Amino acid sequence: MSVYLDHAATTPMFDVAIEAMNSSLRKLGNPSSLHTEGRSTRKDVEDAREKIAKAVGCLASEVIFTGSGTEANNAAIKGLFWHTDKKVILVSSIEHHAVLDPAHWLAEHEGAELIQIPVNTDGVIDLEFLKKTIAERGSEIALISVMHSNNETGVIQPIAEIVKAAGDIPVHCDAVQSFTKVPISFKELGLFAMTISGHKVGGPLGIGALILRRAVEIPALLHGGGQERDIRSGTLNAPSIVALAAAVEANLYDAKIVATLRDSFEAGVMAARPDAVINGKNSERLPGISNITFPGTQSDSLLLLMDSEKVSCSTGAACTAGVHRPSHVLMAMGLSDVVSQSSLRFSFGSTNTQADVDFALSVLPTVIERGLAANAVGKK
Amino acid sequence: MSGGVDSAVAAARAVEAGHEVIGVHLALSSNPQKYRSGARGCCTIEDSHDARRAADVIGIPFYIWDMADEFHEGVVENFMSEYKAGRTPNPCLRCNEKIKFAAVLDRAKAMGFDGVVTGHYARTRESDAGRTLHRAVDPLKDQSYVLAVLNREQINGAIFPLGDTEKVDIRKEAEARGLAVAQKPDSHDICFVPSGDNAGWLRDRMGSEVGPIVDQDGNKLGEHKGAYTYTIGQRKGLGLTVPTADGSPRFVLKIEPVSNTVVVGAREDLAVTSMRGERPIFCGPEVGAAPMRGFVQVRAHGAALDCTYYLDNDQFVAELDQPLLGLATGQAMVIYDGDRVVGSATICETA
Repeated sequence: MSVYLDHAATTPMFDVAIEAMNSSLRKLGNPSSLHTEGRSTRKDVEDAREKIAKAVGCLASEVIFTGSGTEANNAAIKGLFWHTDKKVILVSSIEHHAVLDPAHWLAEHEGAELIQIPVNTDGVIDLEFLKKTIAERGSEIALISVMHSNNETGVIQPIAEIVKAAGDIPVHCDAVQSFTKVPISFKELGLFAMTISGHKVGGPLGIGALILRRAVEIPALLHGGGQERDIRSGTLNAPSIVALAAAVEANLYDAKIVATLRDSFEAGVMAARPDAVINGKNSERLPGISNITFPGTQSDSLLLLMDSEKVSCSTGAACTAGVHRPSHVLMAMGLSDVVSQSSLRFSFGSTNTQADVDFALSVLPTVIERGLAANAVGKK
Repeated sequence: MSGGVDSAVAAARAVEAGHEVIGVHLALSSNPQKYRSGARGCCTIEDSHDARRAADVIGIPFYIWDMADEFHEGVVENFMSEYKAGRTPNPCLRCNEKIKFAAVLDRAKAMGFDGVVTGHYARTRESDAGRTLHRAVDPLKDQSYVLAVLNREQINGAIFPLGDTEKVDIRKEAEARGLAVAQKPDSHDICFVPSGDNAGWLRDRMGSEVGPIVDQDGNKLGEHKGAYTYTIGQRKGLGLTVPTADGSPRFVLKIEPVSNTVVVGAREDLAVTSMRGERPIFCGPEVGAAPMRGFVQVRAHGAALDCTYYLDNDQFVAELDQPLLGLATGQAMVIYDGDRVVGSATICETA
């Protein structure tokens, strides 16, 4: 038996999405062409756009397809920054690198001033800090970007309150982890921009979307054809767009079932290892993410041992060389360097069952014992 | 798995031998850019990608273990302090002793593994006296010298699948196995000194305090920029303008770190006929005070010199049949009985 508990990294494509993609792959026609084939593919793309818009809670014209969630985040952060003369970028300290890195890049190369919003020990951003910063620097702030839920802990952020506090300042929200897992409405939240990604929701890899408020025309990252509102160029990836829409429309993710599995897993972990700590436990979280610290261990050893027991999980973030680094998310929550390197992320999805949870729990005690031993020799 | 051809083939052979194998690449710098060295070193990001690719082709799990702190503390700092003390260390030996067959082996054992497989060219044999370490069949690639710092317990946790094969055939085998690293050049330099310029590397980190270069009578002949950047037997780069009476070249005889003095003299003054080593390590049966005949090797690819060896209290002594020119303290002396490694020690005295 092998158990996949890394759905936050990527989750299997739904069968309906694979089928939709396959039939689209066999179809001829560039959606920008004016002939019969082109028009037919264009119709598929626009049908898909409408389905996605419905799920997102936005207008179809507000959906800009991109090659990934990362690209959508880059387009939003850089585009909103270049859209104005204001120089301050306000992001949370627990953003994904797809937001943090473009923000840092703007600070290094484009004269931006980056202010990071701290989080409390439960992993929720400090709204008072945000309000204070807006009160003091509001006229200088180009954009605010806060993720809907954190990819490592699953902790959900108070987006509606952030938007309210922001007033006229554009707010972008990376909703890659939350989309289809918890209710989201772009319109109701009052967002300026939002990011979604295909492969986190049962759709294919290589497709994402920037949801951008109508009539906001930000500078483009990619030039050459202007297919997507002149903000994103490139031949439309019809098969992936169609598949993403099929996945979103079907949405086989049952939040209740996933939450039950996650809770059952966490209860089992705490019974086996009473010293374990569930990070972000006191906050509202996504149904499927569980981030657990096992004191006295190193997460890269634990991952190796879990992997050899056929349970796939994650240590959080890895750098280019694959060297495990302390998680900036857990450190922002006040965990020490050492403790944040003793944590694993287990993420559950629509394909998991109670048998998966039971299997993972059955191998856990040995894995933790060996992990403790491996760490102990390292310290001698 | 360094990302080179040897460890890739070693891993493949270990799998074929029926072991349950995982690939481990050691990250030896917490900032991989710091020691980055193109294709020549063994701890760059490209190398870790090459190692991962090899593991994927072989079909084994692959992980990167961060040993940067251990490496810095156990190898890099030791390298500097040894030079500072006027000795000439070999960091590859130190890495085998403190990292690959210590930190890595201990961690692996704690996690339930039996041992560490490496792409070193050496052989082990089982005997009544336990497992012993032997030279590889390829004399040009033999690495038993850099493994001679391992004790019995470490040798028992080591597997060297390449010792019975010549390097040229390992490359052919890698090719046949579809490993893209088959023709990757060997790394020669010290991995954390990618430029190969040890003296420059040391100067950058330890400064360059000017001091005298003197002859054996104490007459000042010139100045140097940091005594630790010289090695015993060195002839080039002394920058001396006062010639010897007969025009013969001068060699570094002695490095005195306390007075920051480099002593030079004639070639014949370099001659060494005996050496003593401290911290002896035996990877096979222990040696006693009774003199034995064998060979001593003092450099990674140096010659095996005929000698008589014995243990004097806790020091290894080797008396050479023929004098050797230029031997620095800090180098490892490795004693062989035929092709078997008897043991090793760190040279602390020469005469």
